[in-house]
Amino acid sequence: MTATTTAPITATPVRTGDKPNARLRAWATRAPLLPALIFMIAATQLPFVATLVISFFDWNSLYPDARGFAGFANYGEVLTDPDLRRSVWTTILLTVAVVLASLVLGLVLALLLDRRFRGRGIVRTLLIAPFLVVPVAAALLWKHVLYNPEYGLFNGLLHYVGGPQPDWISKTPLLAVEASLVWQWTPFMMLILLAGLQSRDHQQIEAARVDGASDWQIFRHLTLPHLRRYLELGALLGSIYIVQNFDAVFTITSGGLGTANLPYTVYQTFYQAHENGLASAAGVLVVIGSIIIATFALRVVSSLFREEVGRS
Amino acid sequence: MNAVRRNGLGLLAWFAGVVFFLPIAWMALTSFHSESDAATNPPSFTAALTLDGYREFFGVDGGASPWPALINSTVASLASTLLVLLLALPAAYALSIRPVRKWTDVLFFFLSTKMLPVVAGLLPIYLFAKNTGLLDNIWLLVLLYTSMNLPIAVWMMQSFLAEVPVAVIEAAQLDGARLPTVLARVVAPIAAPGIAATALICFIFSWNELLFARVLTGVVAETAPVFLTGFITSQGLFLAKVCAASLVISLPVLAAGFAAQDKLVQGLSLGAVK
Repeated sequence: MTATTTAPITATPVRTGDKPNARLRAWATRAPLLPALIFMIAATQLPFVATLVISFFDWNSLYPDARGFAGFANYGEVLTDPDLRRSVWTTILLTVAVVLASLVLGLVLALLLDRRFRGRGIVRTLLIAPFLVVPVAAALLWKHVLYNPEYGLFNGLLHYVGGPQPDWISKTPLLAVEASLVWQWTPFMMLILLAGLQSRDHQQIEAARVDGASDWQIFRHLTLPHLRRYLELGALLGSIYIVQNFDAVFTITSGGLGTANLPYTVYQTFYQAHENGLASAAGVLVVIGSIIIATFALRVVSSLFREEVGRS
Repeated sequence: MNAVRRNGLGLLAWFAGVVFFLPIAWMALTSFHSESDAATNPPSFTAALTLDGYREFFGVDGGASPWPALINSTVASLASTLLVLLLALPAAYALSIRPVRKWTDVLFFFLSTKMLPVVAGLLPIYLFAKNTGLLDNIWLLVLLYTSMNLPIAVWMMQSFLAEVPVAVIEAAQLDGARLPTVLARVVAPIAAPGIAATALICFIFSWNELLFARVLTGVVAETAPVFLTGFITSQGLFLAKVCAASLVISLPVLAAGFAAQDKLVQGLSLGAVK
């Protein structure tokens, strides 16, 4: 972010009521921003307020006459209904497992790709590819082409070594969903961490090497501290996207076998069960979870942002 | 010794690359097999190649044609990308070249909307669409995709426009150019690569989107990912067709993504990594 030319501007104080000219100029400066700002507020904040309101009503769209104020009853039900509670737990489990696994794998791959070797560009392209498959297509690929117990690639390969041929999806449903997501998200983590590795101070590393530091010492005391922010950024952005995952859960298991996460449950609760109030309450809970993650994410992004501004 | 280790690590990287790419390569191979060759155990690596899977997918031999869905996806993605650029360019200009007060606060507001999960507003949007007859209408998706991508676009473009020299803009203004002229004639040409990267990412996100499309479209406005969900329960009878469909529908994203690998990271990390 080289937003350096734009360091906080001190001109045009807003409260200049007695100077219409200055006020006009202040509005002229802001005007280009307004269409985007108004559009964003209308398209994201209004529906959320509506969701919030609906979450306090007992409202099944099949029985529109029985609609009534329910207070926090929907929230109570989301948190006590075993199925819904399980989906909260599934969401946490899915997000944490996928983010951690793809982050660790992404780090290893980024370290491998940071070195010079023959065909590095090709390997990088091969590694990015999983991230560029349309999510539904990727989920279909795993469901039918890889996991299928009879003609899937996994059991096909196991056949050659004489291993067991399990039905992956019914045996380890959540792990099956997680593996496909790790495959898709590892490249994303790798790309962010690779950018981090390449922004290291190479003079400092050379100096350490001259002083006799081993590769491990350099990694432990120079690379890892430098990468911390990038690791945090990857973890937080990954969490934000994976908490919301719908495509993989919907496609691979259709939310069955204990893999329904909150987004899938919200979808099912209003789209199939027509429980509008309940779905909204679950939706609001997803938002609260996201806000908790987002608070940290914003802090990380803004500190990276400040570092960049400060650097130049 | 050092050389051995270096080669070993290079080999390891190659191995990882091949392992990650294997599912895609296998999908591509399967898409060129006949259905009976595709569904064998153990898998066949040497079966005859055929275009039957693709013929099936495009509905040449009867069956549902994917063309309406592909066209819908193209329209929705292109139209919303255009709308995003029209809204984001002036906003990014206001935030980078002639910053408004508290510009970081405004930037962070945009960013924070990206962290609002889709399910947070899905139900009211669905009810709204149902009551106004906008259900199964591609233009509603265009508006929603615009709101989905606008924050990222503002963020990315803000950082690209900040690189446009202010002196050039001031010179144009002295010549009496108004904002739209300045944007179109001065800012856009200089920031063109950044704007192109932003457009690419918005296109990819819109093309990939499933949840909105699944809930809000049906027969007429069905998009490519929704078309793909038709294969969820296929019991192996159409493996080659599933692979052909997945590949064809992923092709625009694969092409766009390979073309802009670096910009992709920057966009996805909301401009924080450069």
